[in-house]
Amino acid sequence: MGVENLLRTPIPPHAHTPIRGFVSGSSPLSRFKPVLALRSRILRAIRDFFDARGFLEVETPIRIAAPALELHIDAMPSGDAWLRTSPELHMKRLLAAGCERLYQLGPCFRQGERGQRHHPEFTLLEWYRTNADYRDILAETKALIAAVAEAALGRTWLDYRRTHIELMPVWETLTVAEAFKTFAGWNPVEHFDAERFDLDMVNKVEPNLPAACPVVLMDYPTDVAALARRKPEDPRVAERWELYIAGIEIANAFSELTDPAEQRTRFAACAAERRALGKPVYPLDENFLAALESGLPPAAGIALGVDRLVMLLAGVASLDDVLPFRDP
Amino acid sequence: MYSASDLRKGLRVEIDGVPFVITDFNFVKPGKGASIYNCRLKNMITGATLTRSYRSNDTLNEPKLEERTMRYSYKDGDEYVFLDKNFEQLTVRAEVLGDNRFFLVEEIEVTILVHNDAPIGVELPTFVEKTIVETEPGARGNTATNVLKPAKIEGGYAIEVPLFINQGDVIRIDTRTGGYSDRVRTA
Repeated sequence: MGVENLLRTPIPPHAHTPIRGFVSGSSPLSRFKPVLALRSRILRAIRDFFDARGFLEVETPIRIAAPALELHIDAMPSGDAWLRTSPELHMKRLLAAGCERLYQLGPCFRQGERGQRHHPEFTLLEWYRTNADYRDILAETKALIAAVAEAALGRTWLDYRRTHIELMPVWETLTVAEAFKTFAGWNPVEHFDAERFDLDMVNKVEPNLPAACPVVLMDYPTDVAALARRKPEDPRVAERWELYIAGIEIANAFSELTDPAEQRTRFAACAAERRALGKPVYPLDENFLAALESGLPPAAGIALGVDRLVMLLAGVASLDDVLPFRDP
Repeated sequence: MYSASDLRKGLRVEIDGVPFVITDFNFVKPGKGASIYNCRLKNMITGATLTRSYRSNDTLNEPKLEERTMRYSYKDGDEYVFLDKNFEQLTVRAEVLGDNRFFLVEEIEVTILVHNDAPIGVELPTFVEKTIVETEPGARGNTATNVLKPAKIEGGYAIEVPLFINQGDVIRIDTRTGGYSDRVRTA
C-alpha cells in the first residue's frame, strides 16, 4: 500500500546511487528496497537539518557499564557490561563538558520489547541543547519533522492507513491531565495510580488522540518524570512531552534535570523499586553524576524513534515492513 | 505456566479453569511505561471472545488439552459415543457437538479435543454425505445451483438445497459451514 506509493513519489537525485552488481531478484529482502530508499533519505535529511543548525554529530559508547536506571526499561547484558538503552547519560556528560548542541543517530537495545511498534534493537535520534527548555525542543522538533517529510516525500502531509494527517502547521497540545480526564475519566496529576496510568495510556488515551495532525502530550506527573525537571510553575508535573503522530508515539522530550542531588535521589528510588520487582539493578553512573556536580547549564533534549518515523512516512502499520532483518 | 512475555497469537491458555486460544496479540508499551500484553481470546468451549491486558508479572496456566482421534459408534439419548482404536470409549454431549451431531455417520473418523478429560470440541472431516429425507419434488432439468429450496436430512437438520434435488438423493455437506456442497447420487 504505502510502500508501493513511494515508488511513484519523486526521489531527489542524490538518493539514487546505483549499487554495482546488484540485481533485483527474488530475495525476501527485495521488498524492502523502497523503504530502504526512504529511510536513507530520512537519515540524510536529519543530518542536513542538524548540520545546518550548528549541531555536532557525536557517537558515544554502545556497550556501557551503567545504563540509566529507569523502572520499566531493561538493558541487555553484553559480557560484563550492558548494551545502552539510550545514549542520554553520555551525551549529557558532553553537554556538561561544554558542547552546546549535540545530536546522535544510532542503535539502542531494550530487553523484551517486541511488537508491531517495538524491536529490541532500534535506532534512536537524540539531540540536546544547553540554555533551552522543552518548549524550545518542541519548536525544533516541528521544524525537523517538516524538513524530513519535505525531503523524504516532497510534502508535509500523509495518508496513513486511511487517515489524512497534516504534519504542518498545527500541532495540537494536550496536557497529560487534560488527555486523561477526557479519554480515561481521571486525573493522574491529582492522584497518581501507577497501575492504571500505563494501562489507560495505551488502551484509552493513545487510541483516541486526535489523528488529523501531530499531537503533543505535555507535563507528565512527576511519578513518571524519568530524567525531566519539575515545572517551576507547577511542581506536581515534570517538563516532559511526548509526540504522537497517528496515535504512534514518536518522541519523548525533557527539560533536563540538572540538579545532581535530586538526580541521585531519583536513581536511588528507582534502584530500590527495581530491586523490589526482582529486576536487575544497574550501578549508578558516577561519571554522569560527577558531570552534573561539575555544573550542567539548563538544558533540554529529546529521543526520537527513527524506525517508527520511517514506518509512519512509509504508511505501514508494523516494523515488520520497515526492518529487513527482523526475525519472525 | 506461561508468563506474559510467552503470550503470542495461537497460544492456548487457561483462565479460571476455562481453556482459551489467543486470536489476536499485541505488545504495547507507553514511553517510559510498563510493558502491556494485549490479547483477544476465544473461549474454546463457548466460542465467546474477550480482551485482556496482561503485565510482565502476570502468569497464565497452560490448559491440559489433548486431541484424540476416534470413530463414531452410536447415539445414546442425548449422548454420542465414540471409540478409539483401542476401543476406549468417550461420550460427548449433544451441546458440545452442536450442529455437527447431524453430520455424524457410523464409523466416521473425528478429532475430539479433550480438556481435563472432558470433551470440548469435535472436528469432523470437511465433507460428509447425507441422504435427503424430506423436500419438495425436484424440478427436472433445472440444474441451477443458485436457486434454493428447504430440505431435511436424517435427524431433522434443515438445509437449503438446489431445486433439482429430490427426496432420497445423497448430498455432500460442508461441515465447516453446515451448507450444501454438491450432489453425490440420485435416488
